[in-house]
Amino acid sequence: MSSTTTPQSPETGTARVKRGMAEQLKGGVIMDVVTPEQAKIAEDAGAVAVMALERVPADIRKDGGVARMSDPDMIEGIIEAVSIPVMAKSRIGHFVEAQVLQSLGVDYIDESEVLTPADEVNHSDKFAFTTPFVCGATNLGEALRRIAEGAAMIRSKGEAGTGNVVEAVRHLRQIKNEIARLRGFDNNELYAAAKDLRAPYELVKETAELGKLPVVLFSAGGVATPADAALMRQLGAEGVFVGSGIFKSGDPAKRAAAIVKATTFYDDPKIIADASRNLGEAMVGINCDTLPEAERYANRGW
Amino acid sequence: MTSPVIGVLALQGDVREHLTALAVADAVARPVRRPEELAEVDGLVLPGGESTTISKLANLFGMADPLRERIAAGMPVYGTCAGMIMLAEKILDPRSGQETFGGIDMIVRRNAFGRQNESFEAAVEVAGVEGAAVEGVFIRAPWVESVGARVEVLAEHGGHIVAVRQGNALATSFHPELTGDHRVHALFTEMVRTAG
Repeated sequence: MSSTTTPQSPETGTARVKRGMAEQLKGGVIMDVVTPEQAKIAEDAGAVAVMALERVPADIRKDGGVARMSDPDMIEGIIEAVSIPVMAKSRIGHFVEAQVLQSLGVDYIDESEVLTPADEVNHSDKFAFTTPFVCGATNLGEALRRIAEGAAMIRSKGEAGTGNVVEAVRHLRQIKNEIARLRGFDNNELYAAAKDLRAPYELVKETAELGKLPVVLFSAGGVATPADAALMRQLGAEGVFVGSGIFKSGDPAKRAAAIVKATTFYDDPKIIADASRNLGEAMVGINCDTLPEAERYANRGW
Repeated sequence: MTSPVIGVLALQGDVREHLTALAVADAVARPVRRPEELAEVDGLVLPGGESTTISKLANLFGMADPLRERIAAGMPVYGTCAGMIMLAEKILDPRSGQETFGGIDMIVRRNAFGRQNESFEAAVEVAGVEGAAVEGVFIRAPWVESVGARVEVLAEHGGHIVAVRQGNALATSFHPELTGDHRVHALFTEMVRTAG
Protein backbone atom coordinates (compact mmCIF):
# COMPACT_ATOMS: atom_id res chain seq x y z
CA MET A 1 0.00 0.00 0.00
CA SER A 2 1.35 3.39 -0.99
CA SER A 3 1.28 5.97 1.77
CA THR A 4 2.21 8.92 -0.42
CA THR A 5 -1.10 9.24 -2.27
CA THR A 6 -3.30 11.92 -0.76
CA PRO A 7 -7.04 11.32 -0.98
CA GLN A 8 -8.54 13.55 -3.67
CA SER A 9 -11.07 16.06 -2.42
CA PRO A 10 -14.51 14.51 -2.01
CA GLU A 11 -16.93 14.98 -4.89
CA THR A 12 -20.68 15.24 -4.24
CA GLY A 13 -23.63 14.84 -6.59
CA THR A 14 -21.89 12.43 -9.00
CA ALA A 15 -23.94 10.04 -11.14
CA ARG A 16 -22.55 7.15 -9.11
CA VAL A 17 -23.62 8.70 -5.82
CA LYS A 18 -27.09 9.62 -7.17
CA ARG A 19 -27.81 6.29 -8.88
CA GLY A 20 -26.08 4.39 -6.06
CA MET A 21 -28.54 5.87 -3.56
CA ALA A 22 -31.41 4.24 -5.48
CA GLU A 23 -29.51 0.92 -5.54
CA GLN A 24 -29.64 0.96 -1.73
CA LEU A 25 -33.46 1.16 -1.84
CA LYS A 26 -33.87 -1.97 -3.96
CA GLY A 27 -36.16 -4.69 -2.71
CA GLY A 28 -37.91 -2.12 -0.55
CA VAL A 29 -41.14 -0.17 -0.20
CA ILE A 30 -41.34 3.63 -0.36
CA MET A 31 -44.48 4.96 1.32
CA ASP A 32 -46.44 8.20 0.90
CA VAL A 33 -46.89 10.00 4.22
CA VAL A 34 -48.52 13.32 5.08
CA THR A 35 -47.52 13.74 8.76
CA PRO A 36 -44.51 12.93 10.98
CA GLU A 37 -46.70 10.37 12.79
CA GLN A 38 -47.40 8.54 9.53
CA ALA A 39 -43.68 8.69 8.69
CA LYS A 40 -42.89 6.93 11.97
CA ILE A 41 -45.51 4.26 11.28
CA ALA A 42 -43.94 3.71 7.85
CA GLU A 43 -40.42 3.50 9.29
CA ASP A 44 -41.53 1.08 12.00
CA ALA A 45 -43.22 -1.08 9.37
CA GLY A 46 -39.91 -1.40 7.49
CA ALA A 47 -40.25 1.21 4.71
CA VAL A 48 -36.90 1.98 3.03
CA ALA A 49 -37.92 5.61 2.49
CA VAL A 50 -40.93 7.88 2.80
CA MET A 51 -42.42 10.31 0.30
CA ALA A 52 -43.46 13.49 2.13
CA LEU A 53 -46.50 15.15 0.63
CA GLU A 54 -49.46 17.27 1.71
CA ARG A 55 -52.22 15.02 0.40
CA VAL A 56 -52.05 11.44 -0.83
CA PRO A 57 -53.03 11.07 -4.50
CA ALA A 58 -56.50 9.72 -3.61
CA ASP A 59 -57.23 13.00 -1.79
CA ILE A 60 -55.70 15.10 -4.57
CA ARG A 61 -58.21 13.41 -6.90
CA LYS A 62 -61.09 14.04 -4.52
CA ASP A 63 -60.22 17.67 -3.74
CA GLY A 64 -59.31 18.77 -7.25
CA GLY A 65 -57.60 22.13 -7.80
CA VAL A 66 -53.89 22.69 -8.36
CA ALA A 67 -51.60 20.29 -6.48
CA ARG A 68 -48.21 21.80 -5.55
CA MET A 69 -45.03 21.12 -3.59
CA SER A 70 -45.69 20.59 0.14
CA ASP A 71 -45.18 23.13 2.93
CA PRO A 72 -41.47 23.19 3.96
CA ASP A 73 -42.51 22.96 7.62
CA MET A 74 -44.30 19.71 6.93
CA ILE A 75 -41.32 18.29 5.00
CA GLU A 76 -38.86 19.31 7.73
CA GLY A 77 -41.12 17.79 10.38
CA ILE A 78 -40.97 14.49 8.54
CA ILE A 79 -37.19 14.72 8.02
CA GLU A 80 -36.79 15.18 11.78
CA ALA A 81 -39.18 12.36 12.65
CA VAL A 82 -37.39 9.50 10.85
CA SER A 83 -33.87 8.28 10.08
CA ILE A 84 -34.73 6.65 6.74
CA PRO A 85 -34.40 8.71 3.53
CA VAL A 86 -37.10 11.30 2.82
CA MET A 87 -38.30 12.07 -0.70
CA ALA A 88 -40.59 14.91 -1.76
CA LYS A 89 -42.43 15.87 -4.94
CA SER A 90 -41.99 18.85 -7.22
CA ARG A 91 -44.30 19.69 -10.12
CA ILE A 92 -43.08 18.69 -13.57
CA GLY A 93 -40.84 21.48 -14.90
CA HIS A 94 -41.03 23.48 -11.68
CA PHE A 95 -37.31 23.67 -11.05
CA VAL A 96 -37.73 26.30 -8.33
CA GLU A 97 -39.80 23.89 -6.25
CA ALA A 98 -36.96 21.42 -6.82
CA GLN A 99 -34.42 24.04 -5.67
CA VAL A 100 -36.46 24.56 -2.51
CA LEU A 101 -36.63 20.80 -1.85
CA GLN A 102 -32.87 20.52 -2.31
CA SER A 103 -32.30 23.37 0.15
CA LEU A 104 -34.51 21.57 2.70
CA GLY A 105 -32.19 18.57 2.48
CA VAL A 106 -34.57 15.95 1.09
CA ASP A 107 -32.76 12.82 -0.12
CA TYR A 108 -34.60 12.42 -3.43
CA ILE A 109 -36.87 14.67 -5.50
CA ASP A 110 -39.80 13.11 -7.34
CA GLU A 111 -40.65 15.25 -10.39
CA SER A 112 -44.17 13.95 -10.31
CA GLU A 113 -47.21 13.82 -12.55
CA VAL A 114 -49.34 13.48 -9.40
CA LEU A 115 -48.87 17.22 -8.90
CA THR A 116 -50.21 19.67 -11.49
CA PRO A 117 -47.53 20.22 -14.18
CA ALA A 118 -45.89 23.66 -14.19
CA ASP A 119 -44.47 23.39 -17.70
CA GLU A 120 -46.16 21.58 -20.57
CA VAL A 121 -43.03 21.43 -22.72
CA ASN A 122 -40.00 21.03 -20.48
CA HIS A 123 -39.09 18.85 -17.55
CA SER A 124 -36.53 20.19 -15.05
CA ASP A 125 -32.81 19.92 -15.85
CA LYS A 126 -31.92 17.38 -13.21
CA PHE A 127 -28.16 17.61 -13.77
CA ALA A 128 -28.32 21.08 -12.19
CA PHE A 129 -28.96 19.51 -8.78
CA THR A 130 -26.92 17.66 -6.16
CA THR A 131 -30.09 15.95 -4.94
CA PRO A 132 -31.00 12.99 -7.16
CA PHE A 133 -34.33 12.77 -9.00
CA VAL A 134 -36.82 9.98 -9.58
CA CYS A 135 -39.26 10.40 -12.47
CA GLY A 136 -42.27 8.50 -13.75
CA ALA A 137 -42.52 6.77 -17.12
CA THR A 138 -45.18 4.86 -19.03
CA ASN A 139 -42.80 3.44 -21.64
CA LEU A 140 -39.11 3.00 -22.42
CA GLY A 141 -38.73 6.17 -24.51
CA GLU A 142 -40.15 8.29 -21.72
CA ALA A 143 -37.88 6.59 -19.16
CA LEU A 144 -34.77 7.21 -21.28
CA ARG A 145 -35.73 10.85 -21.92
CA ARG A 146 -35.95 11.39 -18.18
CA ILE A 147 -32.57 9.69 -17.67
CA ALA A 148 -31.14 11.91 -20.41
CA GLU A 149 -32.33 14.91 -18.36
CA GLY A 150 -30.50 13.53 -15.31
CA ALA A 151 -33.02 11.28 -13.53
CA ALA A 152 -31.16 8.77 -11.32
CA MET A 153 -34.14 6.47 -10.75
CA ILE A 154 -37.31 5.64 -12.71
CA ARG A 155 -40.69 4.49 -11.50
CA SER A 156 -43.35 3.16 -13.82
CA LYS A 157 -46.25 5.59 -13.41
CA GLY A 158 -49.33 3.47 -13.00
CA GLU A 159 -52.37 5.55 -12.06
CA ALA A 160 -51.80 7.12 -8.63
CA GLY A 161 -54.62 7.36 -6.12
CA THR A 162 -56.79 4.68 -7.72
CA GLY A 163 -55.86 1.63 -5.64
CA ASN A 164 -56.06 -0.19 -8.97
CA VAL A 165 -52.92 -1.98 -10.12
CA VAL A 166 -53.93 -2.33 -13.78
CA GLU A 167 -52.07 0.74 -15.07
CA ALA A 168 -48.98 -0.10 -13.01
CA VAL A 169 -48.93 -3.50 -14.70
CA ARG A 170 -49.47 -1.96 -18.14
CA HIS A 171 -46.60 0.53 -17.78
CA LEU A 172 -44.10 -1.88 -16.24
CA ARG A 173 -44.85 -4.53 -18.88
CA GLN A 174 -44.48 -1.90 -21.58
CA ILE A 175 -41.03 -0.85 -20.33
CA LYS A 176 -39.85 -4.44 -19.86
CA ASN A 177 -41.18 -5.53 -23.26
CA GLU A 178 -39.47 -2.67 -25.06
CA ILE A 179 -36.17 -3.50 -23.34
CA ALA A 180 -36.55 -7.17 -24.30
CA ARG A 181 -37.14 -6.13 -27.91
CA LEU A 182 -33.99 -3.95 -27.90
CA ARG A 183 -31.96 -6.95 -26.76
CA GLY A 184 -32.73 -8.63 -30.06
CA PHE A 185 -31.59 -5.70 -32.21
CA ASP A 186 -28.19 -5.54 -33.91
CA ASN A 187 -26.12 -2.35 -33.93
CA ASN A 188 -27.61 -1.14 -37.21
CA GLU A 189 -31.11 -1.36 -35.82
CA LEU A 190 -30.34 0.52 -32.60
CA TYR A 191 -30.07 3.87 -34.44
CA ALA A 192 -33.58 3.51 -35.81
CA ALA A 193 -34.76 2.26 -32.43
CA ALA A 194 -33.40 5.42 -30.80
CA LYS A 195 -35.31 7.49 -33.36
CA ASP A 196 -38.53 5.55 -32.70
CA LEU A 197 -38.08 5.82 -28.95
CA ARG A 198 -37.23 9.55 -29.23
CA ALA A 199 -34.33 8.88 -26.87
CA PRO A 200 -30.54 9.44 -27.10
CA TYR A 201 -28.74 6.68 -29.01
CA GLU A 202 -26.11 6.19 -26.25
CA LEU A 203 -28.78 5.43 -23.65
CA VAL A 204 -30.64 3.11 -26.02
CA LYS A 205 -27.41 1.22 -26.73
CA GLU A 206 -26.52 1.03 -23.01
CA THR A 207 -30.00 -0.31 -22.18
CA ALA A 208 -29.77 -2.90 -24.96
CA GLU A 209 -26.41 -4.10 -23.63
CA LEU A 210 -27.47 -4.17 -19.97
CA GLY A 211 -30.86 -5.72 -20.66
CA LYS A 212 -32.24 -3.27 -18.10
CA LEU A 213 -32.47 0.47 -17.56
CA PRO A 214 -29.14 2.08 -16.59
CA VAL A 215 -30.85 3.21 -13.35
CA VAL A 216 -33.04 1.47 -10.76
CA LEU A 217 -36.65 0.83 -11.83
CA PHE A 218 -39.44 0.83 -9.24
CA SER A 219 -43.17 0.49 -9.79
CA ALA A 220 -45.77 3.02 -8.63
CA GLY A 221 -49.40 4.00 -8.97
CA GLY A 222 -52.05 1.57 -7.76
CA VAL A 223 -50.46 -0.92 -5.35
CA ALA A 224 -52.98 -1.56 -2.52
CA THR A 225 -52.27 -5.10 -1.27
CA PRO A 226 -49.29 -7.36 -0.47
CA ALA A 227 -50.12 -9.42 -3.56
CA ASP A 228 -50.11 -6.27 -5.71
CA ALA A 229 -46.60 -5.44 -4.48
CA ALA A 230 -45.38 -8.99 -5.11
CA LEU A 231 -46.95 -8.93 -8.58
CA MET A 232 -44.97 -5.83 -9.52
CA ARG A 233 -41.78 -7.43 -8.20
CA GLN A 234 -42.39 -10.63 -10.16
CA LEU A 235 -42.99 -8.52 -13.26
CA GLY A 236 -39.52 -7.04 -12.79
CA ALA A 237 -39.85 -3.95 -10.57
CA GLU A 238 -36.86 -3.60 -8.24
CA GLY A 239 -39.09 -2.18 -5.51
CA VAL A 240 -42.44 -0.44 -5.09
CA PHE A 241 -43.90 2.94 -4.21
CA VAL A 242 -47.14 2.74 -2.26
CA GLY A 243 -49.16 5.92 -2.11
CA SER A 244 -52.74 6.07 -0.96
CA GLY A 245 -52.89 2.28 -0.51
CA ILE A 246 -51.55 2.31 3.04
CA PHE A 247 -52.92 5.33 4.83
CA LYS A 248 -56.30 5.13 3.06
CA SER A 249 -56.79 1.60 4.39
CA GLY A 250 -58.39 0.39 7.63
CA ASP A 251 -55.19 -0.57 9.50
CA PRO A 252 -52.21 1.30 8.00
CA ALA A 253 -49.49 -0.08 10.33
CA LYS A 254 -50.49 -3.67 9.68
CA ARG A 255 -50.95 -3.19 5.94
CA ALA A 256 -47.62 -1.37 5.64
CA ALA A 257 -45.73 -4.19 7.38
CA ALA A 258 -47.55 -6.77 5.25
CA ILE A 259 -46.62 -5.03 2.00
CA VAL A 260 -42.97 -4.87 3.13
CA LYS A 261 -42.94 -8.62 3.80
CA ALA A 262 -44.55 -9.45 0.46
CA THR A 263 -42.08 -7.20 -1.36
CA THR A 264 -39.07 -9.05 0.10
CA PHE A 265 -40.57 -12.55 -0.35
CA TYR A 266 -42.33 -11.69 -3.62
CA ASP A 267 -41.73 -15.17 -5.00
CA ASP A 268 -43.02 -17.09 -1.97
CA PRO A 269 -46.84 -17.44 -2.14
CA LYS A 270 -47.05 -18.89 1.37
CA ILE A 271 -45.46 -15.81 2.91
CA ILE A 272 -47.62 -13.54 0.73
CA ALA A 273 -50.70 -15.48 1.90
CA ASP A 274 -49.71 -15.04 5.56
CA ALA A 275 -49.02 -11.36 5.00
CA SER A 276 -52.45 -10.94 3.41
CA ARG A 277 -54.47 -12.29 6.36
CA ASN A 278 -56.73 -10.01 8.42
CA LEU A 279 -55.51 -6.70 7.08
CA GLY A 280 -58.88 -4.99 7.43
CA GLU A 281 -60.35 -2.76 4.74
CA ALA A 282 -58.23 -2.06 1.66
CA MET A 283 -58.70 1.34 0.07
CA VAL A 284 -61.87 1.38 -2.00
CA GLY A 285 -60.25 1.96 -5.36
CA ILE A 286 -61.34 3.36 -8.70
CA ASN A 287 -61.93 1.56 -11.98
CA CYS A 288 -59.45 3.15 -14.34
CA ASP A 289 -61.59 2.68 -17.46
CA THR A 290 -64.23 5.00 -15.99
CA LEU A 291 -61.60 7.66 -15.27
CA PRO A 292 -62.01 10.71 -17.56
CA GLU A 293 -58.99 11.45 -19.75
CA ALA A 294 -58.29 14.73 -17.91
CA GLU A 295 -58.04 12.89 -14.59
CA ARG A 296 -55.42 10.43 -15.82
CA TYR A 297 -52.19 11.55 -14.19
CA ALA A 298 -50.11 9.15 -16.29
CA ASN A 299 -50.80 11.33 -19.35
CA ARG A 300 -48.94 14.21 -17.73
CA GLY A 301 -45.29 14.38 -18.80
CA TRP A 302 -44.05 13.14 -22.15
CA MET B 1 -8.50 -24.62 -5.48
CA THR B 2 -12.28 -24.73 -5.14
CA SER B 3 -14.22 -21.49 -5.00
CA PRO B 4 -15.84 -20.69 -1.66
CA VAL B 5 -19.61 -20.29 -1.53
CA ILE B 6 -20.43 -16.76 -0.39
CA GLY B 7 -23.97 -15.62 0.32
CA VAL B 8 -25.39 -12.10 0.13
CA LEU B 9 -28.11 -11.33 2.65
CA ALA B 10 -31.00 -10.58 0.27
CA LEU B 11 -33.67 -9.08 2.49
CA GLN B 12 -33.23 -5.63 0.96
CA GLY B 13 -30.49 -3.52 -0.62
CA ASP B 14 -27.92 -3.62 -3.41
CA VAL B 15 -27.72 -7.42 -3.51
CA ARG B 16 -27.15 -7.83 -7.24
CA GLU B 17 -24.04 -5.61 -7.25
CA HIS B 18 -22.46 -7.71 -4.49
CA LEU B 19 -23.30 -10.97 -6.29
CA THR B 20 -21.59 -9.62 -9.42
CA ALA B 21 -18.52 -8.39 -7.51
CA LEU B 22 -18.15 -11.74 -5.71
CA ALA B 23 -18.45 -13.68 -8.96
CA VAL B 24 -15.65 -11.53 -10.44
CA ALA B 25 -13.60 -12.26 -7.30
CA ASP B 26 -13.96 -15.97 -8.11
CA ALA B 27 -16.49 -16.92 -5.44
CA VAL B 28 -19.71 -18.88 -5.95
CA ALA B 29 -22.20 -16.18 -5.01
CA ARG B 30 -25.83 -16.69 -4.04
CA PRO B 31 -28.61 -14.70 -2.37
CA VAL B 32 -29.59 -15.73 1.18
CA ARG B 33 -33.02 -14.97 2.65
CA ARG B 34 -33.77 -18.04 4.79
CA PRO B 35 -31.98 -19.86 7.66
CA GLU B 36 -31.58 -23.02 5.55
CA GLU B 37 -29.86 -20.96 2.83
CA LEU B 38 -27.54 -19.43 5.43
CA ALA B 39 -26.50 -22.90 6.57
CA GLU B 40 -25.12 -23.63 3.09
CA VAL B 41 -22.67 -20.75 2.70
CA ASP B 42 -19.02 -20.43 3.79
CA GLY B 43 -19.21 -16.67 4.22
CA LEU B 44 -21.76 -13.88 4.00
CA VAL B 45 -21.98 -10.31 2.72
CA LEU B 46 -24.33 -7.87 4.42
CA PRO B 47 -25.12 -5.42 1.60
CA GLY B 48 -25.88 -1.74 1.57
CA GLY B 49 -29.52 -0.83 2.10
CA GLU B 50 -31.60 0.56 4.93
CA SER B 51 -30.32 -0.85 8.21
CA THR B 52 -33.68 -0.35 9.97
CA THR B 53 -35.48 -2.31 7.25
CA ILE B 54 -32.89 -5.09 7.13
CA SER B 55 -32.93 -5.40 10.92
CA LYS B 56 -36.73 -5.66 11.03
CA LEU B 57 -36.94 -8.21 8.23
CA ALA B 58 -34.16 -10.31 9.77
CA ASN B 59 -36.11 -10.49 13.05
CA LEU B 60 -39.46 -11.15 11.34
CA PHE B 61 -38.19 -14.04 9.27
CA GLY B 62 -36.08 -15.77 11.90
CA MET B 63 -32.74 -14.78 10.38
CA ALA B 64 -31.35 -12.63 13.20
CA ASP B 65 -30.50 -15.38 15.69
CA PRO B 66 -28.98 -17.86 13.20
CA LEU B 67 -26.92 -14.97 11.80
CA ARG B 68 -25.69 -13.92 15.24
CA GLU B 69 -24.75 -17.51 16.03
CA ARG B 70 -22.81 -18.08 12.82
CA ILE B 71 -20.98 -14.77 13.07
CA ALA B 72 -20.09 -15.49 16.71
CA ALA B 73 -18.85 -18.94 15.62
CA GLY B 74 -16.43 -17.30 13.20
CA MET B 75 -18.19 -17.37 9.83
CA PRO B 76 -16.42 -14.77 7.63
CA VAL B 77 -18.68 -11.80 7.08
CA TYR B 78 -18.35 -8.51 5.19
CA GLY B 79 -20.68 -5.54 5.65
CA THR B 80 -20.90 -2.41 3.49
CA CYS B 81 -22.63 0.75 4.76
CA ALA B 82 -25.87 -0.63 6.29
CA GLY B 83 -24.00 -3.94 6.57
CA MET B 84 -21.30 -2.20 8.62
CA ILE B 85 -24.02 -0.91 10.96
CA MET B 86 -25.38 -4.45 11.34
CA LEU B 87 -21.93 -5.73 12.39
CA ALA B 88 -21.48 -3.12 15.13
CA GLU B 89 -21.78 -4.13 18.77
CA LYS B 90 -23.41 -0.76 19.38
CA ILE B 91 -25.11 1.96 17.29
CA LEU B 92 -25.34 5.57 18.38
CA ASP B 93 -28.98 6.71 18.26
CA PRO B 94 -30.54 3.43 17.06
CA ARG B 95 -34.15 3.52 15.85
CA SER B 96 -36.70 1.80 18.03
CA GLY B 97 -36.39 -1.94 17.72
CA GLN B 98 -33.22 -1.80 15.66
CA GLU B 99 -30.90 -4.62 16.63
CA THR B 100 -27.55 -5.49 15.14
CA PHE B 101 -25.93 -8.88 14.55
CA GLY B 102 -22.65 -7.87 16.18
CA GLY B 103 -19.27 -9.31 15.23
CA ILE B 104 -17.03 -6.26 15.42
CA ASP B 105 -16.27 -4.50 18.70
CA MET B 106 -17.09 -0.99 17.48
CA ILE B 107 -19.55 1.83 17.95
CA VAL B 108 -21.00 3.12 14.67
CA ARG B 109 -22.73 6.41 13.96
CA ARG B 110 -25.48 6.12 11.35
CA ASN B 111 -25.63 8.66 8.47
CA ALA B 112 -22.55 10.24 10.07
CA PHE B 113 -21.34 11.84 6.83
CA GLY B 114 -24.76 13.48 6.33
CA ARG B 115 -27.82 13.14 4.14
CA GLN B 116 -27.89 12.40 0.41
CA ASN B 117 -26.76 15.93 -0.57
CA GLU B 118 -23.53 15.26 1.34
CA SER B 119 -22.99 11.81 -0.20
CA PHE B 120 -19.65 11.76 -2.01
CA GLU B 121 -16.89 9.90 -3.79
CA ALA B 122 -13.29 9.99 -2.60
CA ALA B 123 -10.15 7.91 -2.96
CA VAL B 124 -9.48 5.76 0.11
CA GLU B 125 -6.28 3.92 1.02
CA VAL B 126 -7.28 0.54 2.43
CA ALA B 127 -4.68 -1.51 4.33
CA GLY B 128 -4.44 -4.96 2.78
CA VAL B 129 -5.56 -3.79 -0.69
CA GLU B 130 -2.53 -3.56 -2.95
CA GLY B 131 -2.02 -0.87 -5.56
CA ALA B 132 -3.91 2.35 -6.14
CA ALA B 133 -6.40 3.77 -3.64
CA VAL B 134 -9.91 2.33 -3.66
CA GLU B 135 -12.67 4.50 -5.14
CA GLY B 136 -14.85 5.10 -2.11
CA VAL B 137 -18.55 5.71 -2.80
CA PHE B 138 -20.11 7.05 0.41
CA ILE B 139 -23.93 7.21 0.42
CA ARG B 140 -25.57 8.58 3.57
CA ALA B 141 -22.65 6.69 5.02
CA PRO B 142 -21.90 5.73 8.62
CA TRP B 143 -18.50 6.04 10.27
CA VAL B 144 -16.93 4.17 13.12
CA GLU B 145 -16.93 6.28 16.25
CA SER B 146 -14.62 4.04 18.30
CA VAL B 147 -13.16 0.52 18.24
CA GLY B 148 -12.07 -2.06 20.79
CA ALA B 149 -8.51 -3.35 21.16
CA ARG B 150 -9.00 -6.37 18.87
CA VAL B 151 -10.19 -4.28 15.93
CA GLU B 152 -7.79 -3.38 13.17
CA VAL B 153 -8.47 -0.03 11.46
CA LEU B 154 -7.98 -0.47 7.70
CA ALA B 155 -8.92 2.99 6.42
CA GLU B 156 -9.85 6.49 7.46
CA HIS B 157 -11.39 9.43 5.63
CA GLY B 158 -11.40 12.98 6.96
CA GLY B 159 -10.16 11.75 10.33
CA HIS B 160 -12.94 9.16 10.68
CA ILE B 161 -12.63 5.38 10.58
CA VAL B 162 -14.30 3.97 7.44
CA ALA B 163 -12.93 0.40 7.17
CA VAL B 164 -12.20 -2.15 9.92
CA ARG B 165 -11.46 -5.81 10.45
CA GLN B 166 -11.76 -8.03 13.49
CA GLY B 167 -10.80 -11.64 12.85
CA ASN B 168 -13.08 -12.93 10.12
CA ALA B 169 -15.33 -9.86 10.10
CA LEU B 170 -14.74 -7.00 7.65
CA ALA B 171 -16.68 -3.75 7.27
CA THR B 172 -16.53 -0.62 5.10
CA SER B 173 -18.57 2.61 5.26
CA PHE B 174 -18.37 2.81 1.48
CA HIS B 175 -19.62 0.67 -1.40
CA PRO B 176 -16.91 -1.09 -3.46
CA GLU B 177 -19.75 -3.06 -5.11
CA LEU B 178 -20.89 0.11 -6.92
CA THR B 179 -17.54 0.46 -8.68
CA GLY B 180 -15.82 -1.80 -11.19
CA ASP B 181 -12.96 -2.29 -8.71
CA HIS B 182 -13.54 -5.56 -6.87
CA ARG B 183 -10.28 -5.78 -4.87
CA VAL B 184 -12.07 -5.51 -1.52
CA HIS B 185 -14.34 -8.40 -2.56
CA ALA B 186 -11.23 -10.33 -3.58
CA LEU B 187 -9.77 -9.65 -0.11
CA PHE B 188 -12.96 -10.95 1.50
CA THR B 189 -13.09 -14.00 -0.77
CA GLU B 190 -9.53 -14.78 0.31
CA MET B 191 -10.60 -14.43 3.96
CA VAL B 192 -13.37 -16.97 3.37
CA ARG B 193 -10.99 -19.32 1.55
CA THR B 194 -8.44 -19.14 4.38
CA ALA B 195 -11.10 -19.63 7.07
CA GLY B 196 -12.42 -22.73 5.31
